[in-house]
Amino acid sequence: MDRTGAQIIWECLLREGVETVFGYPGGAILPTYDAMTEYPIRHVLVRHEQSAVHMADGFARASGRTGVVVATSGPGATNLVTGLATAMLDSIPLVAITGQVGSGLLGTDAFQEVDITGITLPITKHNYLVTRAQDIAPAIREAFAVASSGRPGPVLVDITKDAQQGRATLDWEGAAPTRHLRHIPPSPAEVDLDRALVMINAAKRPVILAGHGIQLSGARAEVLALAELAQIPFAETLLGLGAVPASHALSLGMMGMHGESWVNQAIQEADLLIALGMRFDDRVTGRLKEYAPNALKIHVDIDASEINKLVPVDVPLGGDLKQVLQALLPSVKAADHTPWLERIRSWRGDSAVRDIKNLPDDGHLYAAHVMHDLWKITKGEAVVVTDVGQHQMWEAQYYHHDGERSLITSGGAGTMGFALPAAIGAKLARPEAEVWVVAGDGGFQMTFAELMTAVQEGVKVNIAIINNGYLGMVRQWQALFYEGRYAATPILSPDFVKLAGAFGIHGERVEKRSDLEAAVARARQQPGTALIEFKVEQEDAVYPMVAAGAALHDMIRRPSPSPIAETGADPV
Amino acid sequence: MSHVLVIYTDDEPGVLTRVAMLFRRRGFNIHSLTVGPTEQVHVSRMTVVVDTDEATARRAVEHLRKLVNVLEVQQLGHGRNVVRDLALLRVSTAQGRSEVLQLVQVFRANVVDIADDSVVIECTGSLGKIEALVDSLRPFGILELGRTGAVAMARGLRSEASNRLAAAAVVAPGSTGAMSV
Repeated sequence: MDRTGAQIIWECLLREGVETVFGYPGGAILPTYDAMTEYPIRHVLVRHEQSAVHMADGFARASGRTGVVVATSGPGATNLVTGLATAMLDSIPLVAITGQVGSGLLGTDAFQEVDITGITLPITKHNYLVTRAQDIAPAIREAFAVASSGRPGPVLVDITKDAQQGRATLDWEGAAPTRHLRHIPPSPAEVDLDRALVMINAAKRPVILAGHGIQLSGARAEVLALAELAQIPFAETLLGLGAVPASHALSLGMMGMHGESWVNQAIQEADLLIALGMRFDDRVTGRLKEYAPNALKIHVDIDASEINKLVPVDVPLGGDLKQVLQALLPSVKAADHTPWLERIRSWRGDSAVRDIKNLPDDGHLYAAHVMHDLWKITKGEAVVVTDVGQHQMWEAQYYHHDGERSLITSGGAGTMGFALPAAIGAKLARPEAEVWVVAGDGGFQMTFAELMTAVQEGVKVNIAIINNGYLGMVRQWQALFYEGRYAATPILSPDFVKLAGAFGIHGERVEKRSDLEAAVARARQQPGTALIEFKVEQEDAVYPMVAAGAALHDMIRRPSPSPIAETGADPV
Repeated sequence: MSHVLVIYTDDEPGVLTRVAMLFRRRGFNIHSLTVGPTEQVHVSRMTVVVDTDEATARRAVEHLRKLVNVLEVQQLGHGRNVVRDLALLRVSTAQGRSEVLQLVQVFRANVVDIADDSVVIECTGSLGKIEALVDSLRPFGILELGRTGAVAMARGLRSEASNRLAAAAVVAPGSTGAMSV
């Protein structure tokens, strides 16, 4: 059957199982929008294209499915850039479809023409410029295959206006993709599996480094089987939180720059690190020269270019994590590492007692209180979508994620403004889930226009704004490393309660810990999106901390004497 | 240290950009890069010489393998390869043409153009041979020098990469050249 290119686009999306797309119309994509009404696909109209990518990203992270974005040419397309980079760095499967000026105008600096395939080349897994209707189906099918196979990532398909308007026959079978199969990750060599087993079975002080790849590979059961069988404690990266349950007896907590001191200490003193689907980012290793100096290292990753990139490893196991672990597990010997586990426990010391969350209410509201209480009230079962900064780290420290895909956060890119749009996407992917936005006053102001999107689409998310009047993480660095010169970090906010009112949603302000529980209850009861502004201690800092470039065990502790004790995550 | 990578790619517009962008982005230093058609339609072959250590060269291979347009990447081992470069040199003959022509003979190069006060010399050979010719001619005055960069092939039997390629002979569905950038 003969169709227009625009119809082929929607037909392909439909056949790829797409139910929801996030986008914004414009001139060069108009033929596609015109054809949209014929197809049972929900379109979410955003207020800025960057938010469309974050929504598709949140949708993908919450569901494991590929998120889809539609935008027009020129500024519509360039507004996608930050979102695509965010998805690229965190390995999130997305397909972005952009309109492009007519093929006859390409290269002429026509109105709203930008070279978006050129611009997005390093921040997509692959991209396409399609100039003929008959090329649309192969490009879109391959885009979906590339986005979700191997190490996932975003793919952009730029389609000229005349290709959307032209006619072609949709040959679905003929358009089946094959090129993504060229580099299916190989299974690890037998000899390497054997070496890994020898190391695992001989280790006295092993630690598993649990990363995002566990989620992407669906390998939670295998990771837990390995940990439980050989009694190996595991530490999580930021994106590994929730990939394995925080309440598990062998879970140590988050590693890295704002990881708990005993977690980093365990890594530094380990004799074997088993890195599972993580990539030794500088935020988790600290100074590389002094990273885990006594440990043999086994690295399992689906992306072979990640192995030996920063940390030289003893056994490279390139491949899909689930499959690699399934190959290893039958030969892993049961072990008892009680002395090692006891030793790690002893490093926790009295941190739980000194923990800020356990201190008597001194009238001040701390972000740690908000996170801890929110965790308690929601029984740890909410999907929390965080922005970037101090609140993101406090959330990671105090909200203990047991469920998979229950924490959605921009890890690699650290994109402020991510939380609200990503949460809207997450809620649309999992309508039954309770979704909380946790954002700072700075990041929230970057994308709060999407409140109207939530209202227009009838999406309910609950929003906790952690307002300390500063771009808090930058202020913290200024306090610690720039002699307290707060250049451009004090930030004013609108009256968030009135702002909520302007959007027609419930809003309230909390300044005392004693008011928190009732406010959260009211927000949860609201049928629509609800916002709570938490006015927290202005100059609180995230502790402990490894300064950029310092060794992992060289942690900055909370200054003493202090009215606030060291933070410490102990899921009690 | 020089490493020679042979990359088989789809013959599509923009593939060179993708490869070059990858080298730039990851900070791999390209010494030379050549590209041309192969024995198979729709398949291009690039020879890239990178100046880097062994670990970085291996990482470059792994990164290249992730590109959708890349069919095969081969890192040539040291010693068992034919590596050839072509140079064109315009050399001044003001100090006497015969001495220049003698050197051309010694290096088994060719004179491809003669002017009143200069000659154009064509020389094909290993990187070392070309360097030696350039050094020998420098005292006469090299007015212009152009080089192609290396083209390389493993010695002995047909390479595994090339075999796999022939077996696969994949052409992208709907691949029209206009599809990819």
